[in-house]
This record gives sequence, C-alpha cells and structure tokens, in this order.
Amino acid sequence: MGSLLSACGIDVKKKKVEEERHLRANDREFNLSFKYANNAIKTSKYNVFTFLPLNLFEQFQRLANAYFVFLLILQLIPQISSLSWFTTVVPLLLVLSITLAKDLSDDITRHKNDNHVNNRKVDVLIDGELKSEKWMNVQVGDIIKLENNQFVTADLLLLSSSEPLNLVYIETAELDGETNLKVKQALTITGDLGNDIQKLAAFNGEMRCDPPNNRLDKFTGTLTVGGELFSVDNERILLRGCTLRNTEWCFGLVVFGGPDTKLMQNSGKSIFKRTSIDHLMNALVIFIFGFLAFMCTILSIGNAIWEYQEGNSFIVFLPRADGANASLSAFLTFWSYVIILNTVVPISLYVSVEILRLGNSYFIDWDRKMYYVKSDTPAQARTTTLNEELGQIKYIFSDKTGTLTQNIMTFNMCSINGKSYGEVVDFAGQRVEVTEKTEKVDFSWNSLADPKFYFHDHKLVEAVKLGSPEVRAFFRLLALCHTVMPEEKTEGELYYQAQSPDEGALVTAARNFGFVFRSRTPETISVVEMGVPTTYELLAVLDFNNVRKRMSVIVRNPEGKLTLYCKGADTIIFERLHPSSTKLMEVTTEHLNEYAGEGLRTLALAYKDLDEDKFEEWRERHHEASTSMDDREEKLDAIYEEIEKDLLLLGASAVEDKLQDGVPQTIEQLAKADIKIWVLTGDKQETAENIGYSCNMLREEMKEIFIVAANTADAVREELVNARKKMSPESGDEPPIEKSRFPGKKSQVVEDEKVDGEYGLVINGHSLAFALQKDMELELLRTACMCQAVICCRVTPLQKAQVVELVKKHKKAVTLAIGDGANDVSMIKTAHIGVGISGQEGMQAVLSSDFSFAQFRYLQRLLLVHGRWSYLRMCKFLRYFFYKNFTFTFVHFWYGFFCGFSAQTVYDEWFITLYNLVYTALPVIGLSLFDQDVNDRWSFQYPQLYAPGQLNQYFSKMAFARILLHSCYSSLILFFVPWAAMCDTVRDDGKDIADYQSFALLAQTCLLIAVSVQLGLETYYWTAVNHFFLWGSLSVYFAVTFTMYSNGMYLIFTSFVPFIGTARNSLNQPNVWLTIFLTTILCSLPVVAKRFLFIQLKPTINDKVRHKVRQAEAVPAPLPRKFPRRRISTRRSGYAFSHARGYGDLVTSGRFLRIPVKTRPALFSHSETPVADSIPQTYRTIFEETQSP
Amino acid sequence: MGKKQADTGPLSRRPDNSAFKQQRLPAWSPSLTAQTVLPTFYILSLVCLFLGVWLLITVQKTHELKVDYTNAGTCEQCFELRKHAINTGTPCTCSVQFYIPQNFLGDVFFYYGLRNFHQNLRRYMDSRDDAQMVGRKNNLKAPSSYCAPFDYGANKVPVAPCGAVANSMFNDSFTVIYYPTNEPEVQVPLYRKGIAWYTDKNVKFRNPPTNNTFTLRQAFEGTIRPLYWQRPVYELDDTDSNNNGFINDDLIVWMREAAFPNFKKLYGVLNRAQGPFNQGLPSGNYSISIIYNFPVEPFQGQKELVISMVTWFGGQNYFLPIAYLVTGGLILVAAIGLTMVFVKVGKKGKNMEE
Repeated sequence: MGSLLSACGIDVKKKKVEEERHLRANDREFNLSFKYANNAIKTSKYNVFTFLPLNLFEQFQRLANAYFVFLLILQLIPQISSLSWFTTVVPLLLVLSITLAKDLSDDITRHKNDNHVNNRKVDVLIDGELKSEKWMNVQVGDIIKLENNQFVTADLLLLSSSEPLNLVYIETAELDGETNLKVKQALTITGDLGNDIQKLAAFNGEMRCDPPNNRLDKFTGTLTVGGELFSVDNERILLRGCTLRNTEWCFGLVVFGGPDTKLMQNSGKSIFKRTSIDHLMNALVIFIFGFLAFMCTILSIGNAIWEYQEGNSFIVFLPRADGANASLSAFLTFWSYVIILNTVVPISLYVSVEILRLGNSYFIDWDRKMYYVKSDTPAQARTTTLNEELGQIKYIFSDKTGTLTQNIMTFNMCSINGKSYGEVVDFAGQRVEVTEKTEKVDFSWNSLADPKFYFHDHKLVEAVKLGSPEVRAFFRLLALCHTVMPEEKTEGELYYQAQSPDEGALVTAARNFGFVFRSRTPETISVVEMGVPTTYELLAVLDFNNVRKRMSVIVRNPEGKLTLYCKGADTIIFERLHPSSTKLMEVTTEHLNEYAGEGLRTLALAYKDLDEDKFEEWRERHHEASTSMDDREEKLDAIYEEIEKDLLLLGASAVEDKLQDGVPQTIEQLAKADIKIWVLTGDKQETAENIGYSCNMLREEMKEIFIVAANTADAVREELVNARKKMSPESGDEPPIEKSRFPGKKSQVVEDEKVDGEYGLVINGHSLAFALQKDMELELLRTACMCQAVICCRVTPLQKAQVVELVKKHKKAVTLAIGDGANDVSMIKTAHIGVGISGQEGMQAVLSSDFSFAQFRYLQRLLLVHGRWSYLRMCKFLRYFFYKNFTFTFVHFWYGFFCGFSAQTVYDEWFITLYNLVYTALPVIGLSLFDQDVNDRWSFQYPQLYAPGQLNQYFSKMAFARILLHSCYSSLILFFVPWAAMCDTVRDDGKDIADYQSFALLAQTCLLIAVSVQLGLETYYWTAVNHFFLWGSLSVYFAVTFTMYSNGMYLIFTSFVPFIGTARNSLNQPNVWLTIFLTTILCSLPVVAKRFLFIQLKPTINDKVRHKVRQAEAVPAPLPRKFPRRRISTRRSGYAFSHARGYGDLVTSGRFLRIPVKTRPALFSHSETPVADSIPQTYRTIFEETQSP
Repeated sequence: MGKKQADTGPLSRRPDNSAFKQQRLPAWSPSLTAQTVLPTFYILSLVCLFLGVWLLITVQKTHELKVDYTNAGTCEQCFELRKHAINTGTPCTCSVQFYIPQNFLGDVFFYYGLRNFHQNLRRYMDSRDDAQMVGRKNNLKAPSSYCAPFDYGANKVPVAPCGAVANSMFNDSFTVIYYPTNEPEVQVPLYRKGIAWYTDKNVKFRNPPTNNTFTLRQAFEGTIRPLYWQRPVYELDDTDSNNNGFINDDLIVWMREAAFPNFKKLYGVLNRAQGPFNQGLPSGNYSISIIYNFPVEPFQGQKELVISMVTWFGGQNYFLPIAYLVTGGLILVAAIGLTMVFVKVGKKGKNMEE
C-alpha cells in the first residue's frame, strides 16, 4: 500500500527531517536502519498509472482550465445553460489533450534518462570483494571503486587513491561548468588503506555529517576510525556529477546517494521567467473578467426590466417555473450570459501563444546564419517562452572574456633585452599586416612543439637557436614561472591545464621556442631545454594575487644555482627593478606602450640570482609566516616583498586576447538600434577600456568618457553627479520617478533623461562597490543610463547580478545578459533574458541561459531579426486574437436587446464551438508564425526598426483599448446590418428567411468573412501556407456548415443539429450575399483608410522602410564590412593576469588548492557587502595617461 | 536540402537550408500604397453606388401593404373578447376593409405579421422536441423535458406536438375578398400549401408512420393536443388530409421561429389561375374576414396581414439599397479625401524620407 501510494507520488507520511547523517562504512544493516535514500534517482514525475489522474489534477489547477470546468458546471444547470455542454467540452478536451501529450513525451524522456543513469555500472565492495553493481543499487555506507574518466557515482568521502599524497583530480564541468581540474585529497588515515581490498572491507569508520543540502562548497562532518575523531570538510568529498581525471583509481565511501546528492539537491529549481507581455496579458485578463462581469450585469439588469415589463405578460405563452420571478430570472440570466460571453476571456489564447512561441523558437534553432561551423554549434532556444521579449531589449549586459573576446590567448609579441620581436617586416622595412597567408615560423626542429602555435617573426627563433642568453632566460622563465599542470597522455603529447589562458599561452610559447615544460612534482619542475631534459628544484612559489599582481618562483637549477623568476604587471615589476635595469626599462616601456596600443595584454618578466645563505634565512622566515595562524596572508606578502626586489629585467611578453569575429560591427548595429551595452568584466580597468575601444563601444567621437575611480563613497557620488551634470546640466537632484499608478507599490521606475550626444562611462570595481549601495544605486543608475556605453571593471559575479537587478528594478526596460562562464551565471539568471555563449569556459552559462549560440555576433541576428519578428508576430497575434474574440462576443451583447435579454445566442452552437478551434485557429497561427514586415537583410540595414519593440508600441494597454473600440464598431456593423437587412424581408420565393436559424447563419458568415478579411489586412507576408490556411479555413467553414445542416446529419443526430437545411435555403439568396458583402466592406474599409492616412501623414519607420523595399525591387547589397581601424594610442594595456589565485599552494606543498568560489549564485553569499571583496586599488584615469606622454 | 543529414560528421548539427526553416518562403507582400488603395476605393464606391441604385429600383417596383387588424374595424369586439382566457372556446369573426392603391403584379404573397411576440426567447425556443416532430414513435410518447410544462397533459398523457412553440401556434385564419368597382365581390383565392421550406416539409417534419389501415389518428393515439389548440394535430386541415399531423404547412411555418420580436410569416400565395387575379392583385377595395382566435392583448402585441410582391431580391426592404447608396457615397468621399492627402503629402515620397 505504502509503495503504491509513494508510487503515486504522494508522500504518505512526512519524512522526519533529517538532522544529522550518521553512517558506518561496510555496515549495510546499520545504515539501512536510517532509511537513507539509495542511489537511484527519479526525475520523472509520473508512472503508467499515475500519469492520467496526476496530470489532469495538475492541469485543473491552472486558472484557465479551472475556469473551463466552472463554465462546464454552469452549463449543466438547466436553468442557466444557455449553450450545450459540447461548446465547452470540445475545446477543453483539446487543450487538455495537447498538454497531456506534451507532458507525456517530456516524462518519457525523463524516464529514459533516469534508467540510463540508474543502470550505469560501478564496482562496489560487498562482502569483501568488488562486485559490479548498478548505480541504483548503491547504498549509503558502501565503499565503491572509481576508475579514471568515470563519473562519480554519488557524493563520496574520498578514502584513498592511486596518486601520491592520496590526491585525485576531478573535473566539475557537469556541476559548475568549469573544465579545469580540481584536486581533492583523502585523509591520511584512510589514504593508508590504499587499494587493499581486505583492509577496505574491514574499514568500519563511522561518519557523522550535515543532512543533505544544496551547498556545493560546504561540507562539515567527522569520521571516527578506531575511536579517533577526524574532521572532514569539503576537500575530501567527491560530488556526484564530477568526473575522475588523471587518477588511475580511487576508493570512496558513499555519504549521500541519489536524491540526497548535492547535484540533485541543486537541480530543478530554475527560475521561471515571464515576459512583459505575459504580465500585461495577466493584467488584461483580469480586466476582461471585470469587463465580462460588467456586460453580464448590464444584460441581467436588462433582463430584470424586460421580465418585469413584458415577461410577466408573456407568461401565457411561456410559463415560468414555480416561484420564479423577474429577479430570479435576472440572476440566472447573469450566469447564462457568463457562459455565452465567455469567449471574451481568451482561454485558448494561452495554448495558441505557446504554440507560436514554440514555432518561433524552432526558427531560432533552425537558423543557419546563427550556426557556427567551426564548433558545429547551432543556436538554441533553450527557453521557448521568451521569444517576443527578444524584440524589446533595451539593455545588454555583456561579459567580456569569452563573450566579446575569444578567450584564446596567443603569444603575439615580446620584448627581450630591449629588442622587440613579433612584427613582420617586409624587405623595405615596412610593417606587414599579419594574415592567414603570412609565412609561419617552422617549429619542426622541436619535436615537442605544439602544432597549433603560430608565430610569424623568424628573428626570435634564430635568436633562440643562436643561444642568446637573454632570450633563453626569457623562455626559461616562461617555462618555470607558472602554475600550469601538465598532462602527458602519450609520449610527446603534452596538454596544459592552466588556471588562466594567458599562462597557457605563455607556457606554450616557451614550449615551442624550445623550453618545454614537461612535468612537475611538488618539489621539482622538469623541463626540456633545447632538447636537453633538465630538472629544476622548486623551492618556493610566491603566488599571484590581486594586490601583488605578480608571481615568482624560486628554483635551483641542476648546477645548484638559485634563481628567482618573476613575472607580473609592468608597473609593479618596474618598481622592484635593480637600478642597472633602468635603461632597459625605458626601452621596454616603449615597447609595452606599443603593445598596449594594439590592445595586447602585457607582462613584464624579471629574474634575480639568490645567495644560498640569504635564501635559507628567508626560507625559514617564510616557513614561519606560512604556518602562522593569524594574518597569514599579510605576513606572507611582506615576506615575498622582501625577496622580490632588485630584480633584473628580462623583457616583456604581449598576449593577444582576440576579439571574436564581428564584435565591433555587432556592437555598432546594436547601438544603432538604440540598445545600450554595458560590459561587466572581471578584468582590470585598462584592459576593459582597451577592449571597449577595440570593439567599438567606446568611440573617439564620443563627447566624453567618464572614468569613475574613487576610493570613498562620497568621492564616487561626486564623480557620478559631476558626470551627470555634464551630460545634462538641467537634470535635477531627485531622480525622475515615474508615478506608480498603484500607491504603495514598492518599485520605483526611473524615467529616461535627455542627453545631448553620446557619452561613455567606465567604473572600476572599487567604485562600483560603493555605487551599488542602497543610497547611491539610483545615482549610479541615472548616470549610467544616460551613457551610450558603460564598462564596469573588476566586477564580481554577485555584482554582475546586482547591476542587472538594479536596471531591471528601476527601469521599465527589458534586459539581456550574455556571457559564457560560470561567473556569468548569476547575471544570466537575473536578467530578463540570459544568453549563453557555448564557448570555451564550459557549459554552466549555457545551462542556465535561455538562448545559446557560439558567437557574440549572432546576437544581432537574434535580436534584430528573430527578436523583432517574434515581437511583431506576438503583438499581431494578440491584437488580432482579441479583436476576433471581442467582435464575436459583442454581437451576442447587441442581440440581447432584441431577445428580451434571455441569453439567446446569435450563432449556432456548433459555430461557437468551432470558431476558435477550427475556423480561425490556423489562419491566425499562420499569421503569427510566418509574418515578417521586411526581410532579415532590411532588418539589418535599418536597426531603427527595432525601436517600436523597446517602446512597447505594438501591444500595450492603449493598443488594447483601441482593439476594444474597433471590435465594438465591427460588432455593431456585424449585428445591425444583418438585422436591418433581414428583419422584414423574405426569400425570393416569398418564404421565410427572417427566422432565427437563417439569421444565425447569416450573422456567423458575416463575422467569419469580416474577421478573415481583417486577418488579410494584418498579413504582410503571404506565403503559400498563409493562403492555404486562410482559404482552407473558409472552405472548411462552408463544408462543415453544409455537412452539419444536411439531412443525413439531422436524421442521425436530431437534437444536436437543428439547423437542417438552413445553409441551403439561405445561402442561395442574393440578399444574403449582398448583406455579407456590405458588412465586409463596412468592417474593413475604415481600417484601410485609417492605415493609409497614417502611412501618408505620420509614417512610422516601418512604413518608411517598407516604402524603400518597394522602391529597391532588388534586395539590397549586403552591408559593407567595416574593418576596425588600427588605433594608434598610448593607452596602456592591461597585464595578462585575469585569474584570482594560482595553483601555487598545491604545487609547492602538495596541499590541494583552494577551489575558487565561482559556481552558483547562491554561493556568493559570502560577500554580502561588495566592499569586502574589493581591495583598494588605485587606477590612473585615461586623462592622466593622455596628459603624460 | 530537406534530406536528413548523417548523424555524425563535422557539420552534423547544421540546420537544413530549406526556405521554410530559414524563413525565406516565397511570399507576396502587399502594402497599402496609393496605387492599390485609391483605385480600390474608387472601384468599390462605384460598385456600391451601382448596387444601391439597382436595388432601389428593384425595391421600388416591389409593393407591400400592411393591414393591422388587431382591433381595427369590427375586430374591436374580438380583441376585447380574447382578452380573457375564459372565452377561448367562443368563436369570433370580424372583418377589416382596406384599399390597395396600385396593382400588385405577378405573384402576390399573404403573410400574417405579429409585433412584439418574442419567438426568440431562449426558453421559448428550446421548448420543442425535434425528435418528436420528425415522427419518431418513441419520442412521440415521451416528449423531451425541454417541452415542460407543455410536455404532458393531465394524467401524464404526452402532448403532441409538445412545447411552448407549438402550443402558441398562430391560429387566426383569413378570407380576403376583392370588391371590383363594377362587379360583384370575389374571394381572393389563396394557395395554402407549399409555403414552408422544402427541407422542413420533407426532412425536418414527418408524421409517425401510417399506412392504409393505420390512420394518422391512430398513430397519434395516446397523445393529446396542446393546451391552446382547438383541434388535434391530425385534424389541423379539414380540407386536405395530407396536410395534417406534423407536416401541416402552417405548423411548420410557425415552428421556424423568428429571430426578432416583429416578424411575418407566410400565410398563403395568390392563386392566379382565376379571373381578375391572373396578372396579380388588382388595385381596389378589399376586405379581410378573420376568424379571430389568437390573443395578442396579453403581450401588448399587434397582428397584421401583409400583402407583398416578391422579386429576386426578396420582399420590400429599403435597408440594403439605402445602405449601399450611403456606403458608396461615403467611400467616394473617403476616396477623394485620401486622394487629396496623397497628392498633398505623399505623392513624391517626401513623407517617406527619414
């Protein structure tokens, strides 16, 4: 029974909340007593028996369906029922079955996935031997063996591994999207178990730890082995979803299984985004309900009056039920009219909206022009419900690395001992642009070279070959001073796991120039120097951090010489140089400026030989500092500072952070579409500025670019206010807050302010931390929103989300966030629309995004073409849908005045049933799937076409009011013209035609033709499908009508089709057709005239472009591709560190590194106050730099 | 194109290059330019004006005469008599004089008209049983509950035909008499059959099966007539036994409920086979004598006799001709206005410049 109930998805008894997890290794009996979940997972919602009832139960919880049921109940009350039950049941069944089918297919997929995962095999230690078991049968407390490249089965306590120091390497891509390897280490006590099966089987450690939770970065627990207590933290836990790498085998103790694992605890809680049109629609639906009640009230009052005045005297012919009087009749009539007029409430609207959103999503998936050949990645609409919002974007928040740039770093230039390498010069000494065809340096002499590495300057290779000591020292430094992890799967096939791509690029460069970094242990680094294997003793790693902006290593070469190698930001290194390097520094500075001007990321390299004695002395103090309990970081920094001085400059490297293709053009296009772009980057200010310029965001022709870089809250505020006053002198101190129509509503919407000209704003991380505080955020918002481009540097993931949230909350605008890395996830989830670049940094961003594609440049197609079309189509659809339903319904309202408000319908019940489902369904879907005002090329040509979406012009409350009036007019025509034409006439043979059935047929035919013509007027793009749908639907109408009113149907279903013969008897009458023609003309021509007038007098940009399209019969030539001009500037570039801390700790001590916290938004809670995060830094502003040549 | 590509390979996920998927379907994009809108307006206005004139001429040749006999002439007494339900059984006959000013040429149709009689009330309209009237034996004896309270009479005897519609059937009858100037009066001969739709007469309404031995009367055995009727359904027409039962023409005509409270229903067609009527109805003095049964006083209604000619366009209805004339005129005015706007503003495409 219990299993049946639980199979039904109903938890009979609320599980006792687990307060602590207690388990014992290898003791299934003991562990089973706690009834922990085993490792089987279930993401599916239904099984064969529960599917129908459960799904229906869920569906009826939706308001729309519940309303249907309410109507159905009303219809079953004979006194109220004004329509037969089938008018409600047929649409309801259709809606239900469509949803049912969709849910069914979803759930089948989930079942398949579950089965696949649950049936994976893993080695489990059972009764002293390893047995292959299915994942689903693994229990808490089991010990399992994992092998290289296997998925981690459950959340495990790492017991032992094949690697030295009991390390294991894991990839967490599935969990947090990061592809770099992470290290975990087992406790020594368990590590000693090794792979001795008997020992492992005898292991009886007891574990106590937190109950299951979703915090990926936190784990606290204790392990008791032989009476001794060991503390267990996150560093010893392997989480389900990770993959074992570079580790032959490891053993683990299952702590959490299946649904309790952190992976499962984290899944399934996606935020459900809704578009602004959804919100508007909800508001409108409420209004419509009110409107319906209003109409029904009027009609029921009418009924009361009629019953009182006339009905009383009509009792002779139509006796009332016992006890009925005028007021009871009015009450019943109210509900009867609720049934009849229910078509104003757009229930089937929701289904249609889903269909056409899905269709437009498919068009995105199918678009070849958003398919990236190199990585075989098509664009993907991961959320199918947000398309039309793509046509309304006002703010784009973009990550930089990997989004604007390729996140491929290439070693491009270097300056060694005052000589610059890397430029290609022709015979005349002129600089040559490097293209695909430029001759590449041949590295075939170096068997370990990376074939993907290109360099074009031959001089450098010659210098290396000639044995220039400086050049060799330069590359030796690059090969030694880093925290890259090598991986050599087969002999000579080296892969580097670098924390930052810059480092990878530099080590790869050294590799190709003959200084191959081959392998490392905590104490040594093995390098192949010009073919000679050499092993350096690694004595210390002085790791990188954001304050030091440099890293050093101290190594002893085979000859026993001690050397410190240091690389870091030029400004930092230059401060610590020996006076003898001054001259070289000047030359190098020149080179650095040159590199920076080209947007390259630079590093200065220096070294220093050390005395054995001094070093020993330093080493002791270093050890002391590194083991000190308090202020360890500061003490270490001071110790490092001591030894990193009097350095000898070697030169500088320049790494190119390549922009993605088409980024400047895309940004220019988006700017033309009046979309504001904010770049939020973790990079430092100089780097970000440079990228800003090279991708056309910041432009030389901008009036001014404000730099906000202050260290106190007040200074930040002052700079923001100054900038604002400069842009708009008349702007007041109080933000222009749009008055909310609902008093007491919290949100303050800040209106746009007028600005003369284009401005840019750069704000650094420290200032941003101040500016994002509650009392200053509006100031930031006002200033930033006045600028065309905004660049925020040194932004933490949390701040990214805060910035997006700020705009989202206080601006009535749609925001889009685009990024590629795990650090963008928070902003992608926060923004109205999140776009993930399926690029270098793993899948995390894509997984949390709504749309994904491979290249930033596809964004313009997504917005300017797909977004615009989707918006246009959705609005057209809504406008037309409301129009046709209102028109349909209002006719009933008018008829009420002629039939004693008795809730008599105007149309045949079958027509009422089929109107939305059959006669008008496909044409309107055809319209809203295929319509395009102008084709994609013209959309690109005129990005201004995007503006109406941003301003919500096509569908708003105003537009809705206009639809209401239009429908009112149409319904007046559609009722009163047939009424006047028919009320006193007869057929051409003198027989009856003013009867109810003929009138109903006439009215419904007029209506259908009028709304079809209206549909034709809305359609801008008549494809064959549109024709087919429209004409097809009309033919179906006549076919169905004639069939339904035929003799055969009547004789079979006598009481359901009482309209026998009506079609034959009235549709052969000329006056019927003359009436239809007249109503059609009267309904459509005013619309045509009005539109024509507006096109002539107040043409919109849309009309203008369409006019141009007509004039240019041929398609326009594709946009001329603009190449970004090479900018000659003295702006200093950023230096090439973009990461936080390196692997230094791990490399030296064998202790595992601290895992950088950049996973899920929930995990950023540690930095509630953004200030805490940012270390005070001083940056020079652009002005200072330009002033000092 | 269109063909499914192999699942592997470097371009395996590339979308198809079909016009449909790339949204490049060939299409016709009409737009509201002066070249399309203005001619349409002029042409439509001409069409409407032409139709208006044509229809107006047609309608003006169609004559119609309405004689309200509710309490006119000698019908005053009958009107008073019918005020009270007790007198239902008392027959009352009256007559009304009227004058036809011009000749009604061709076929002439006689209608009875009712004003303010709501045949279109929802409960009234539903109060009928089509299954009974199509002659199904079971339904004959078990009328639908929709017919209540006219479904069963006293002692649960089923009513045939049941329901409020049938019960309230119009039961006045007319005799129209022509008074030629120099000749003796002539009764205007009327066809009282063939006045219902063919489909109604032959499909929708059928009698329960009968044969030579099993008469209609026997078929209806076990049912009683509706409350307000004076004769049972199988004896509605005493002149033609084939016009009895559910297929009685008058019953069928009545059962086709009117859409609006003022309506007219066909009573008879002038039989032009005889004497003065072979051209139609000559102008002159006429009178109707009415067997006045139908009470209209309770619902403040009125009864009338409508005599009308019919053309291809139907009866005399001035709405459509006038509506077409007005519409045509309005379109013409609009067309001229739009033309002026176009000439002034949009002719050289100036308004389309950015």
